Amino acid sequence: MTDLRTSGARRGLALISAPLLYAVLLLAAPMAAILAFSFWTQDYLTIDKSFTLTNYREAFTDPIYRELMIRSLKIAGLVTLVTVLLAFPVAYFISFHVPAGRKSLWIFLVTIPFWTSYLIRVFLWKVILGYNGVLNSGLIGLGLIDEPLTVILYNFNAVVITLAHAFAPFAILPIFVSLERIDRSLLEAAQDLGETRLSAFFRVTLPLAMPGVVAASLIVFIPTIGDYVTPRLVGGPGGLMIANMIQTQFLKLNNAPMGATLAVVAMVIVTIIALIFVALNRRYLRGRS
Amino acid sequence: MSALFRGGWLRLYAALYLVFLYLPILLLPIFAFNSSTVIAFPLSSFTTEWFAQLVEVEALHAAVLTSVRIALITAAVSTLLGICAARAAARYRFPGKGGIMGLIMLPLVLPEIIVAVSLLVVFLQLGLQLSSLTVILGHVLICTPFSIAILNSAFQSLDVSLEEAAIDLGENSWGVFRLIVLPLVMPGIISSLLIAFTISMDEFIIAFFLSGSDATLPVYLWGQLRFPQRLPVVMALGTILVSLSILLLILAEWARRRGVRKRGGAETGGFL
Repeated sequence: MTDLRTSGARRGLALISAPLLYAVLLLAAPMAAILAFSFWTQDYLTIDKSFTLTNYREAFTDPIYRELMIRSLKIAGLVTLVTVLLAFPVAYFISFHVPAGRKSLWIFLVTIPFWTSYLIRVFLWKVILGYNGVLNSGLIGLGLIDEPLTVILYNFNAVVITLAHAFAPFAILPIFVSLERIDRSLLEAAQDLGETRLSAFFRVTLPLAMPGVVAASLIVFIPTIGDYVTPRLVGGPGGLMIANMIQTQFLKLNNAPMGATLAVVAMVIVTIIALIFVALNRRYLRGRS
Repeated sequence: MSALFRGGWLRLYAALYLVFLYLPILLLPIFAFNSSTVIAFPLSSFTTEWFAQLVEVEALHAAVLTSVRIALITAAVSTLLGICAARAAARYRFPGKGGIMGLIMLPLVLPEIIVAVSLLVVFLQLGLQLSSLTVILGHVLICTPFSIAILNSAFQSLDVSLEEAAIDLGENSWGVFRLIVLPLVMPGIISSLLIAFTISMDEFIIAFFLSGSDATLPVYLWGQLRFPQRLPVVMALGTILVSLSILLLILAEWARRRGVRKRGGAETGGFL
């Protein structure tokens, strides 16, 4: 028996070795390189490899970096909240009200927009929200407003709307999966024991769906922090985020170490927030594994 | 009755949500066939001129070829790596499994800009010329987790007793894989190829950082967005791209469902 198990382990390791090697060489090693860079400095094209914390000091004290970082966190937090709140009823509807045979069609419909050109989707929001855009020209045409609305493009709001749209399917899928796992007889039992529909939802369905909600929040929050395209296209100067600064440092200012530092700081902050978020929800996540 | 009513409100909400999801995509063809160069309502008249202009731009053709080449190779490599990882994860226990799978799946949640800059730093340090090759290396990294996610469900629903029966009947392990496993997971493989192809065709950030002078289609598109007079042509191009990716997705979904039926499993829905 032990012999069989070790041969299985050997075969498993042999199979996994190729993708593992790839991930080590092209993911782990480059991440380590970024970490190393963050402790170096660059003068034009030469890199000074002596260890220093100057970059980190600058990242935390320079008001521009601080402002961009805080704004990125705010935007990502707001996008996560909006996306998850809007997505939950849809996931609930698909899981509880759509007949079993049609569920995969609904999920497919929800995921299609996610797979179509991200660049074009973001750009279309610029077209929709713009000064002479679809929304403004439509509202003026209907006589609802006289002047085009300016609060919806090239600012914080535009970034939140666009990102909430882009990440919608990311939020629906994990919530849907956790709702599907709920044993429906638990809900019947709750109602037999005198719970109303509403209280059964809050005392049974929602707590059991929390692992999906937590997963959805993280899956939206983490990539949103690092989004580059949306703030660049619809954010204007007041909607730029940390990824735009990272790109500027690497490609325009020739300051790879500073860019690396900002990337590391962003990743560390995201990781800490994610861990706190998971810890706060641990009572819902327990007993699942 | 009240349940029906509640379902009714939810249904209305879900329908509105779908409209919100599809709104930008639905606008694409409207403006692609609109003769005005300004992207706004009210519409002018119907035209196919913007599509005709697409045929004439040579930089665009080069970008399309570059993207297709990159996407084909990316799809093949990431599916191959995905098969190894998904098979290992579904069939075998081995030390460090959780950590190893976690590392391989990490790009799924990592912001793409982090992947892009870290690869850029390493490639420049190694003195590697930025080209299609460097884009492929980056794309395989982000596509492999998707391939694994798709293939995982295919490999997991395989009935082990079929393989054991084949071994009892004298097949060696390669024979088992070729004759039993491969045909059963083939729809998953096709679906993985299509999804990886779609992701690679569409990916912008990594290509933006790593493509050098080999501009991919999204990188070319990004350049065009700066010129207001080029926008109707971009709309026409977008219409074609979105139609093609929807077509690929329908094929992928069809392959996936056929796979589920073939293995006799129940429908669970969705790619992820």
